Amino acid sequence: MIHWLEHYRIRLALHELRAGRGRALLLLHALAERSPSTLPEELAGWPGPISALDFTGHGASTVPQGGGYTCELLMADADHALAHLGGATLVGRGLGAYIALLLAGARPKQVRGAILRDGPGMAGGSALPGTPQILTADPSAVAPPDPLALVELSTDVRPPDYATAYVRQATHLSELETPILVCASERPQWLLGVVEEPGVQETTLADALVRCAEVT
Amino acid sequence: MTEPPAYPGARRPDRRRSVDCDGISLAVYEWGDACATPILLAHGGFDFAGTFDVFAPLLADAGYRVVSWDHRGHGDSEHAPLYSWQADMRDALAVLNSVTTAPIPMLGHSKGGAVLMQLCEARPHRVTRYVNIDGMPSRFRAPDVADHERSRMRETEISSWLDRRHGAGDLMRKPGTVEELAQRRGRMNPRLSEDWLRYLVSVGAREDADGWRWKLDPIMRPGGFGPWRPDWYLQRLPGFPVPLLGILATVTETMGWGTGKGDLEHHLPRQAELVEYPDAGHFVHIEHPQGVAGLVLDFLS
Repeated sequence: MIHWLEHYRIRLALHELRAGRGRALLLLHALAERSPSTLPEELAGWPGPISALDFTGHGASTVPQGGGYTCELLMADADHALAHLGGATLVGRGLGAYIALLLAGARPKQVRGAILRDGPGMAGGSALPGTPQILTADPSAVAPPDPLALVELSTDVRPPDYATAYVRQATHLSELETPILVCASERPQWLLGVVEEPGVQETTLADALVRCAEVT
Repeated sequence: MTEPPAYPGARRPDRRRSVDCDGISLAVYEWGDACATPILLAHGGFDFAGTFDVFAPLLADAGYRVVSWDHRGHGDSEHAPLYSWQADMRDALAVLNSVTTAPIPMLGHSKGGAVLMQLCEARPHRVTRYVNIDGMPSRFRAPDVADHERSRMRETEISSWLDRRHGAGDLMRKPGTVEELAQRRGRMNPRLSEDWLRYLVSVGAREDADGWRWKLDPIMRPGGFGPWRPDWYLQRLPGFPVPLLGILATVTETMGWGTGKGDLEHHLPRQAELVEYPDAGHFVHIEHPQGVAGLVLDFLS
């Protein structure tokens, strides 16, 4: 079942993978991916409902004209899903892991744990800007995913201290002992900074799910 | 269309056309002889090309084909689904491509100044000389507070931005009379005359059944957050690829960037000149159009 959410001029597809009671698990896909069509087996042990969001320009969500993608915009996409669900634990893959971190810092009361996993788009562009560029899309590419999303969200700058500022917001304001759980092997610069912060723990997906399920 | 009220020296563009950039329609304006040497002008955030209605004719009358455009979401350009720095850069290049493939001079004010500065760095072969009017970033002026307090302040800022996006489809700019819109803008532009602000309303606002509204996309608001750092500009400034004239405000204003000569002079490349314009706020070219045009024409010659 798809719930359609209006985010300004974008219609977002929030896929309900499993209905239920209790706190939701919200899945955030990686760069150029879309939400899974069925519940991934590794997440089946989660005690509550499970939903997955297609970001702007991806999956069944609107592919807008003109580009203009930022990770902060995708954070706002995920915030719409979070509001619809009334709070959630986040599981993000790749690009979705970075977005999960941002949202955990932006909405520390509503996000009850963010689980960061490997996937495409984890690194982004770099920790510092490189040679200034004007990004254009591959004219032969067919959407979705939006080719402008691919180029803009794979080249964005992710300074470690920007990422750690979101960790600190989550740890200072969520009242959770460990609001960020890292279940990934890739270590881009921003994540190297994140794993050194108090309130962040490296663990397995199974352990992360159990710990987040225990959070009130 | 309602004709704008007369304002001393103001002249609406001689030509208007549109440029498509990835499906977004941009309103492009030109003053002066269509066969003259082009110069590309970029306005600041929350402005529109009509804010050059006094300044651009001075360059046109000196022999230039002056080209400017309304940024996406501003003026008569299309309201876009998404906005970003990269999108603005792409739009600027699309407008430039619609003018010429030869290198030309460029001038930008405030945010438009920073956008064109980066365009110069990304496409130095398309630029001959560059003028930046109070749009050179230097540093954040962050409050000195404890880490926990900083987290709370940032969370408040970000959640406020997120909150605004909920139900944003119903956002509309507040209607009012021409006088009321001019007064509202005057709060952000306190040094500009009431006559000029009323003139701007007639160009940058539209008259609906319930009053006048600024054409600016209502999703936009001042401020913001993100990973961007002003010192990235400073680090690249010594390698700036074309001759540069920076014109700086000397009176601090809300909309200003607060950058002074001392912030920049140790980072300047050899072919650069900075002018601190006396008794000038952020809108230097609007407060002193003849003086700034004189500086620009001297620099271009």
